Amino acid sequence: MYSRSYKAAVTIPPVLWVTAFLLVPYALLLCYSFWSVTPAKEIVHSWNLKNYLDLFRNSMYPTVLFRSMRIAGAVTLLALVLGYPLAYYLSFHAGGRKELLYQLAIIPLWASYLVRGYAWKTILGTDGVLNGFLQYAHITRYPVEFFLYSPFAVVLTLTHIYTPFTFLPIYASLEHVPRNLIEASHDLGAPPAKTFLRVILPLSLPGVLAGATFAFVLSLGDFLAPLLVGGSSGIMISNIVVTLFGAAYDWPKGAAISLCILLIVVGILFITERVEKRFSFR
Amino acid sequence: MSSSPQPAPSAQTLLSIRSVAKRFGNREILKRISLDVAPGEFLTILGESGSGKTTLLRLVAGFEQLDSGEIWMADQRLDQQPPYRRPVNTVFQNYALFPHLSVFENIAYGLRAAKTTNGEIPARVTQALDMVKMGEFIASPPSRLSGGQQQRVALARALVNRPRVLLLDEPLSALDANLRRQMQIELKSLQREVGITFIFVTHDQEEAMALSDRIALLRAGVLEQVGPPREIYGRPKTSYAAQFIGQTNLLPAEVHDGLASSGAIVWRTFEAAGKAMYSLRPECIRLVPVLAQASSDASLARFRGRIRNQTFGGAMDLLEVDCGDSQTLRAKIAAPGPLGGEQVFEFFADDAIRLDDQGGA
Repeated sequence: MYSRSYKAAVTIPPVLWVTAFLLVPYALLLCYSFWSVTPAKEIVHSWNLKNYLDLFRNSMYPTVLFRSMRIAGAVTLLALVLGYPLAYYLSFHAGGRKELLYQLAIIPLWASYLVRGYAWKTILGTDGVLNGFLQYAHITRYPVEFFLYSPFAVVLTLTHIYTPFTFLPIYASLEHVPRNLIEASHDLGAPPAKTFLRVILPLSLPGVLAGATFAFVLSLGDFLAPLLVGGSSGIMISNIVVTLFGAAYDWPKGAAISLCILLIVVGILFITERVEKRFSFR
Repeated sequence: MSSSPQPAPSAQTLLSIRSVAKRFGNREILKRISLDVAPGEFLTILGESGSGKTTLLRLVAGFEQLDSGEIWMADQRLDQQPPYRRPVNTVFQNYALFPHLSVFENIAYGLRAAKTTNGEIPARVTQALDMVKMGEFIASPPSRLSGGQQQRVALARALVNRPRVLLLDEPLSALDANLRRQMQIELKSLQREVGITFIFVTHDQEEAMALSDRIALLRAGVLEQVGPPREIYGRPKTSYAAQFIGQTNLLPAEVHDGLASSGAIVWRTFEAAGKAMYSLRPECIRLVPVLAQASSDASLARFRGRIRNQTFGGAMDLLEVDCGDSQTLRAKIAAPGPLGGEQVFEFFADDAIRLDDQGGA
């Protein structure tokens, strides 16, 4: 149907792109993860498993990894708790204000990540807006320090950043729930709460799953929020990778950790895709 | 003209729609409709798209709020109840089966909502499925079913709750012609079997005539005529009713001295003098054989006409007859073969039905 040259013209660029920017880097990463580095910071091309074994021997890595997963889990939960009701309200009850509210809900996406990070710094800091208010209202006498530079601050910032990512797919799936199914449920005697649990929620699960995946995977790999507001107790696994590739100059170990994270993420995507298939009906 | 029907005796009324009005924005959809439905009746609300028939059904189901008027079910006021507390169930136009639930769970949905004891549910579901001959599909997801099968499941899902009134919103319109005819027959016999009152909405007048005990003809938010199909067909009250239900010839006539004349066609009448509109069904017109043309009878009206067009229609042919004065009548005749030229036709004067309006519009 299409000429050979046309086929080549549309196929070659993406193939080249994927090869140059995905396959080759991953292959390099894989190689690096089996190499080692001398105390003089020279990379030695001798194949060994030391980097991977170190990940288990040094308890710091699993600790930070599990903390990252806990933070990502908390962010996911909060983003769903915030995003679902918002999406529900917009889809079913916003009426004429739907468009406006939709735009307002996704506006944070247009603001720079760094701006939002620094905004939380200004709010949560010891001389920040929140502490200023608490002291002004005589609720606290001294600045509360754990607001900033803590896992709490990281969760708060990431939730703010990734809630639109959960809101969008949930909103899309709610918009696709046929309205006559809701009428049918009422017609068959199910009051609104029962209708929500038995019809609307199950039919919006694909969106919930997609949103949860976004929030979890994106927060798990995040390194800017912990850098800006996390402090030493809020360090996440990506910060370690950044340090290993940068200041510490241990590319092989950095590569090994990166591949572990990649494996976890691919595993999550694989599982959610399976579950999503199970819950999609169109 | 708003022809509000005679209120039926209260013992014979199950559902009573009283002066119901509904507007969307500044569009008046229903203009003070009153209609009583008897228990066990198969009532069809017939109308063109935009006549308000679906809105009327949705008001009874509770999906829309009425602006004024009342809806009563026996001695219980219905219009202030939310849809999930009304003893009615709906069969939706696009079936509206729950895609994430099996056929069994779809049908059990209403039973579970009504807190039917768990032990009772499988038997009731099976019984309902058998009633619509869908027993073998009990475990299927709705997406595996054809349109006709989904329709049956939707019917079972509504009937299993034993509603006092079943509302059907053009349930057959998505089916192809053959399946549709078959479903009409099944629907009618199912209704007799379960004895539940059906309110059926359609724009298809043949379907309405085939199924209904009574037809309520709705036009632009007003009930044009309510009555059994034979009555509406045989004695239409308005030119709209005459034209919408079956085919007809509209004859604008001048009546005086016991005679009605429309162009060259003259027939005896006992009605008041003046201008009037008459309806004459095509099948009421007969061809007069040459031999019989000599005899005459005052109850018969005869006229000459030139056959302009003859369409073969199996048992009956449809003729277009030019009667002069730019008047064309349609006649349905069992013709022996192709006819041509000028012929003599006749009809019983009583078959020309005087209408309440002057036609037009």
